[in-house]
Amino acid sequence: MIRLSRFLSLWLAGGFLLLYLPIALLVAISFNDSRLTTEWTGLSLRWYRALAADNALTGAAWLSLRVGVASATLATVLGGAAGVALARFGRFAFRPVFTGLLTAPLVLPDLLIGLSLLLLFVVLEQAIGWPAGRGALTIILAHATVGLAFVAITVQARLADAGTMLEEAAMDLGATPARAFLRITLPLMAPALAAGWLLAFTLSLDDVVVASFVSGPGASTLPMVVFSTLRLGATPVLNALATVLLALIATLLLAASRLGPVLRR
Amino acid sequence: MRRLLLLPGWAWLSLFVAAPVGILAAIALATSREAVPPYQLGLDWSSLAGLADPYYLHGLLGSLRIGAVTAIGCLLIGYPMALGIARARHGQVLLMLVILPFWTGLLLRLTALIAIFRDEGMLNHALLSLGLITRPIAFLHSDFAMYVGLIYCYLPFMILPLHARLAAANPALEQAAADLGAPPWRVFARIILPLSRPGIWAGLALVFVPVTGEYVIPELLGSPASLTMGRVIWEEFFENRDWPQSAALALVLLALLLLPALAFRRTGPRTI
Repeated sequence: MIRLSRFLSLWLAGGFLLLYLPIALLVAISFNDSRLTTEWTGLSLRWYRALAADNALTGAAWLSLRVGVASATLATVLGGAAGVALARFGRFAFRPVFTGLLTAPLVLPDLLIGLSLLLLFVVLEQAIGWPAGRGALTIILAHATVGLAFVAITVQARLADAGTMLEEAAMDLGATPARAFLRITLPLMAPALAAGWLLAFTLSLDDVVVASFVSGPGASTLPMVVFSTLRLGATPVLNALATVLLALIATLLLAASRLGPVLRR
Repeated sequence: MRRLLLLPGWAWLSLFVAAPVGILAAIALATSREAVPPYQLGLDWSSLAGLADPYYLHGLLGSLRIGAVTAIGCLLIGYPMALGIARARHGQVLLMLVILPFWTGLLLRLTALIAIFRDEGMLNHALLSLGLITRPIAFLHSDFAMYVGLIYCYLPFMILPLHARLAAANPALEQAAADLGAPPWRVFARIILPLSRPGIWAGLALVFVPVTGEYVIPELLGSPASLTMGRVIWEEFFENRDWPQSAALALVLLALLLLPALAFRRTGPRTI
């Protein structure tokens, strides 16, 4: 098997090169003073200054951040409850329908989710006047719908792993179900809630298609602005923006991995 | 307690997942008109009849092609990687490294690829300075760039279910086959491959389903001539403002993807 493993390690190295080289190059050229990506004229923060001065991008970034936090929080509350139900309630009425509806946004293309949600919002507005118009609120509702599936799956997996022993012990010792839930189940699922929130937040921060459908005039999220710029061709400012986002996500992930053991305790 | 936890989920999922599908069907049967909103509810079969247009058929076939090619490309590249990770001493770290790019976001990675593939981009620069070509090649907006982008972005979805299966396989079976004199290729064909088959199906479904409906990557990296369902629906909706027609097209895509998506639901939770 020696021959096979040498082939495998070479293949692995090549695969990881494919996954990481483009990102590494992007970070490198974001510090290049030249407008051209291919000639290195010196280290500079020129494109970062241009990014900070770009009102369209910073405005969209601010909107995206608010939408991301709001939708991830909503998704965590709803998805957390759904995850507990899936892990702890055994068979409940129409459980297959529930899981089907829950996982549909996970597997279906975002184009279908965006289009059908937009039609829903338009029909709802015609019928009951809510949500009035489209913008940040409709994007938050749409992103929460996608995000809650991810949270529910993460929470379900965590609770299924942990088993029901601790809750049963607490209730044997006289805790009410509500108290057992608050003191045992909730702390058990805290890391999964944190991971789910982070996942929902990143998905929201990265989504172009759903947001393009359900957004209205005047509410352009960061990915929407980046997408329309990329359609016309990349600009050096976008490289700087990508590097900033990369740093943000890396910080969040690092914080999560540090916080993980603390929360688990 | 049970009701308290289930009720919000049911309410939310009925309103934002189940109802939109019904509305999609209702709008597909509506009449297109130039007004706000640009449809008149009713029973109008013209949008469904309009699906027979060869242009849409072209888009449908284009979507199926990129879904299939990307899924197979990811399998060919991802299988040896998943096997290598399952065998490696620090497999968990390597697995994290596969998942990590997923967190960096799609647009960010596409920005990087565009910087590489542009006419004045890094790939052309490298080839020019090596003297391999004399003028830049138009990599961007070609099938080549599109498939590189699709495989690059969807590779983790293939590796994860494959790795789950390969890592769970009992190494004693392989050892026994080798001890009984089977050459490595035979061990692979008779032991490793059959054991990982559910992972292969899950990986193929996980890549095929979203790629078939993919819009962003073909739009940014692919050639304008290559039609996909995603592009056709987007165009009908945003440029032609024909909501009933785009709803009808979306229904076709939904029906098409429901089958592999359901297949994934059966194998998926066990393999991931």
